[in-house]
Amino acid sequence: MQAVVYDGSFKGWLTAVFDVYEHRFKSVQVYKEENGEQSMFGHVHHTGTEEAKAGRVWKGLQQKLSNRALQELYYAWLSELKGIETHMLLFVQYAFGSKASIENDYSHPSVLLISQVAKKVHREKHRMEAFVRFQLTTDQLYYAIIEPDFNVLPLISDHFEQRYADQRWMIYDARRRYGIYYDLEKVEMIEVSFQQDSLSGKDISAVYDEQETLYQHLWQSYFKSVNIASRKNTRLHIQHMPRRYWKYLPEKKPL
Amino acid sequence: MWDRIKEKLEILADAAKYDVSCASSGSSRKNQDKGLGDTGMGICHAYTEDGRCVSLLKILLTNHCIFDCAYCVSRKSNDVKRAAFTVQEVVDLTINFYRRNYIEGLFLSSGIFKNADYTMERLVLIAKKLRTEHHFHGYIHLKAIPGASDELMQEAATYADRLSVNVEMPTEQSLHLLAPDKNRADMLKPMQYLKEGIIQNREEKKQFTKTPLFAPAGQSTQMVIGATPESDLEILYMSNYFYRQMNLKRVYYSGYVPISNDNRLPAIGTPVPTIRENRLYQADWLMRFYGFEMNELVSLDQPHLDMDIDPKLSWALNNLHFFPIDINRADRVLILRVPGIGVQSADKICQARRYNKLTWDHLKKIGISVSRARYFVVCNDRQDEYKSLTPIQIRQQIVNRAHSKYAANFSPQLNLF
Repeated sequence: MQAVVYDGSFKGWLTAVFDVYEHRFKSVQVYKEENGEQSMFGHVHHTGTEEAKAGRVWKGLQQKLSNRALQELYYAWLSELKGIETHMLLFVQYAFGSKASIENDYSHPSVLLISQVAKKVHREKHRMEAFVRFQLTTDQLYYAIIEPDFNVLPLISDHFEQRYADQRWMIYDARRRYGIYYDLEKVEMIEVSFQQDSLSGKDISAVYDEQETLYQHLWQSYFKSVNIASRKNTRLHIQHMPRRYWKYLPEKKPL
Repeated sequence: MWDRIKEKLEILADAAKYDVSCASSGSSRKNQDKGLGDTGMGICHAYTEDGRCVSLLKILLTNHCIFDCAYCVSRKSNDVKRAAFTVQEVVDLTINFYRRNYIEGLFLSSGIFKNADYTMERLVLIAKKLRTEHHFHGYIHLKAIPGASDELMQEAATYADRLSVNVEMPTEQSLHLLAPDKNRADMLKPMQYLKEGIIQNREEKKQFTKTPLFAPAGQSTQMVIGATPESDLEILYMSNYFYRQMNLKRVYYSGYVPISNDNRLPAIGTPVPTIRENRLYQADWLMRFYGFEMNELVSLDQPHLDMDIDPKLSWALNNLHFFPIDINRADRVLILRVPGIGVQSADKICQARRYNKLTWDHLKKIGISVSRARYFVVCNDRQDEYKSLTPIQIRQQIVNRAHSKYAANFSPQLNLF
């Protein structure tokens, strides 16, 4: 068994793929640096990000795979699921090793897995486009917090930039501790470390625009009014709006 | 002032909720010049406790109404609180909800006050204000008021993404019985006008690079199900007509929620026919995406859909001579007809089988419902044990295995008529 430990970036993973070919590693497991699982293995190879190597692998992949398959590969990587990098490698090795296109061969376990995981990430992306709830702050910033299952901020950025082109906004991933901020010109990735009580503190009204709570109340009562009680279907409700997302949804908070 | 708006919102959202359309997809409107909003695939921003999606701010401009349609909460003779929004109030609510990412846009309908044109004019005014003063490019669905003038319809289509006229009742007799103030011709006229407008707009688009949008998300309509004794055949016949003749994008089926003691209607307390509604949607999908013709699903001999099993399974059991089909060879159109295989799985199967002979294991991983499909297909590892079963046996096996979430509704509903 050969472990390849990379730096946790997508380009780092591409670099790792390059090294696997260069060193002719067999039965490889690919890990992120912080996971610390590599100690179980005898042979450990470390890679950082090397633009040239990453670029060559990507270029090679572009010749073997359609844009859709390349996108699925990137989506799967954003899932951060344990072991996904190894399946991505197997997928890539299968692609490079075949003359014909293999990306629709769902009888291959890694091809199927990548496509299924990519689908889950895509669903999470779509959910975040739906469940982001902006709150207007006193300095007229529309601010939202999310805790998505997968690292989807890079995927939703374009959607929000296109849609809310005339307002300053920020979406913060509380689980991964970084956010995206739009300043009316462009979207930037930013790392913020909030002091524990700066936003959850006692004096909310000092942070939020005076109309903010009013609109949240209106939204809550709208949400309540459109429900048809005689058609209650809790299972369906939970299926579409899983509980783990309720924390940041004003309509699921008590009136 | 806020309390008053809150009260209006509660009254006018409550009155609008029986209109089941919630689609916000299918438009081609894009954000321009750094304005506000965008349309696209359609997003459901929330789901109510009844499991329905909340995509649009769905409200009535007012629930004052000069009509007295028996099935409607806002009917003139009903003793309910009345309210009316001002144009500015609707605009402010839409913009502020939209900016917070609560909604995809506005679905505005209204009770009829004064007359059709007067009402339609107000609806159009709101859409116009959103588009021109607020540079709003989100989704707008306007109700087309039956009897409104062609000029207003034309203007509505330039600002709205979707327009809909609700035919409400599947047949003219029912409409006459329950909504004596309305007539069918008034409903079909704007539909016809919009259909022609959309076709004309599509032609112009081919010739000129810059053609203004004209109801880019098309038209839809809604029928109330279970308030009147129509058969599924009559209902699906109408849907088929709307899809084929009027080019409608969607027909919605709204299970009647008893709201009145009127003896022309099911009494209060009668369960909402959710299962029938569900079967109609299934049949509707089969006609639109699975290549089924209406007369394959219902006929004069069998005017009702089977309530215990879905229409696709029902068709398969009545046509067992088509099965089993070979998953590794059959055309896509046939694979689409196998119970337990959806459109996406059918596509995956057709792609994957070019690489490998597919086995049950592959099919399971692709995500088909093996417990249903196994009666109707063979694949590489043959499994012919089900070949000798009769339709009734298959039906029983499948029904016994399934735990319908509607089980509690079965008996009262079947006794309805």
